[in-house]
Amino acid sequence: MTTLKINGVEHELDIDARTSLLDACRDHLALTGSKKGCDHGQCGACTMLVNGRRINSCLTLAIMHEGDEITTVEGLGDPDNLHPMQAAFLEHDGFQCGYCTPGQIVSAVGMLGEVADGWPSHASADVDNGATLSGDEIRERMSGNLCRCSAYPNIIDAIETASTKLKENA
Amino acid sequence: MRPFEYARAGNVTEAGQLAGRFIAGGTNLLDLMKLEVEAPEKLVDISRLPLDKIEETEDGGLRIGALVTNSDLAADPRIRRDYEVLSRALLAGASGQLRNKATTGRNLLQRTRCGYFYEPSQPCNKREPGSGCGAIGGFNRIHAILGASDKCIATHPSDMAVAMQALEATVETQKTDGSTREIPLIEFHRLPGDTPGVETVLEPGELITAVRLPKSLGGNQVYRKVRDRASYAFALVSVAAVVKMDGGKIEWARLAFGGLAHKPWRNHDLEEALKGEAPSSALFDKAADILLADAKGQGENDFKIPLARRTLKAVLAQATKGA
Repeated sequence: MTTLKINGVEHELDIDARTSLLDACRDHLALTGSKKGCDHGQCGACTMLVNGRRINSCLTLAIMHEGDEITTVEGLGDPDNLHPMQAAFLEHDGFQCGYCTPGQIVSAVGMLGEVADGWPSHASADVDNGATLSGDEIRERMSGNLCRCSAYPNIIDAIETASTKLKENA
Repeated sequence: MRPFEYARAGNVTEAGQLAGRFIAGGTNLLDLMKLEVEAPEKLVDISRLPLDKIEETEDGGLRIGALVTNSDLAADPRIRRDYEVLSRALLAGASGQLRNKATTGRNLLQRTRCGYFYEPSQPCNKREPGSGCGAIGGFNRIHAILGASDKCIATHPSDMAVAMQALEATVETQKTDGSTREIPLIEFHRLPGDTPGVETVLEPGELITAVRLPKSLGGNQVYRKVRDRASYAFALVSVAAVVKMDGGKIEWARLAFGGLAHKPWRNHDLEEALKGEAPSSALFDKAADILLADAKGQGENDFKIPLARRTLKAVLAQATKGA
């Protein structure tokens, strides 16, 4: 048996060793918010937070995550109490078909944590000096999340709004 | 994906003794297992081993644990301050999600992104020795122009390893009998020759435990990556440069190249030719002549020869500015 702690709740699972963390959530725990796009780490639709850091849940085995704190989009907020990132995507219409959206939202939350920790990016002029969140920084840092509807301009706006809101709340 | 046995290693020695394929971040291996390009019978999970620290060494360098993630390595204040070329190379690779899982040790062992390697219905001497090379005479836009053989023209996809090559890193390993060794990175990867499936000098069961960087020699550090899109793509050509200037002349230069060969490429003759010289376009052309003297295009990748020249010249121009 494998024990996974997802969105604060522990689950005991009897799963094949081959089961990805994504499939464990979607097929065994009815947590279908995280989406399977490419299943090869290229699209970001499956993004989850593990111990606060964003990863591609399709490219990791569920059995490797015993003891980890796993957060899916369901754990960020709910319809009556949206996470500021979820609310900002609604406000800015940061999607069209919506398939990539849970991954975009979870990835954006993880990304803002990385910025708060002072991590530089490929877009940072000075890697030794942290980063401020510009449009270019957001585009670079979110390049692991593809949107085939190309809702990118509104996704950027949503992330900027949520970033400001989260700073005000902090 | 084919079924496999799974075991979790409690310590480094046990990891080797469990006699299976090591899995750390899993981002490359699981991708290949889904496609059945790789089908290990047993996975040994090393992700919980205590190899995730970056420590200062007695000689003033850094010892990077094999399980330090690409993200943590790129963000480490000592790396950002003293080994900027490495931080830059890491940040130019993959995506935020992948860098959070990908590890230092396994990044050195990344498999090629050659389309024939990735497609089991196609011939590939790397995947299936003796089956032929589909890329020779086939789709070979991303393939090697240096050091290739008539068996394999694949390239090594890592950015991190290119920067580490310019920084003269050393790979620390432990064998299954518990003995350890240090392998200079320049000797770590192999050219394809007749056995392209054998990519490094590692023995079966030998585990990378750390990568050691010598004390930073400062210098101007540049990493430039040319790729098909601005982010989240493998290098067509990349250049890592560490250049020390002295009174308007190049005191020394260390250069490594990605996207050109089966391993992170380094050419000591090129570096010798730059030593003591004043930077000029003619000098940089001479450096490119040395780099590309034996370059051979495969058709679709012919463009890499002039692209490598231009990228090297641009990097040298940038790295020789200032003191």
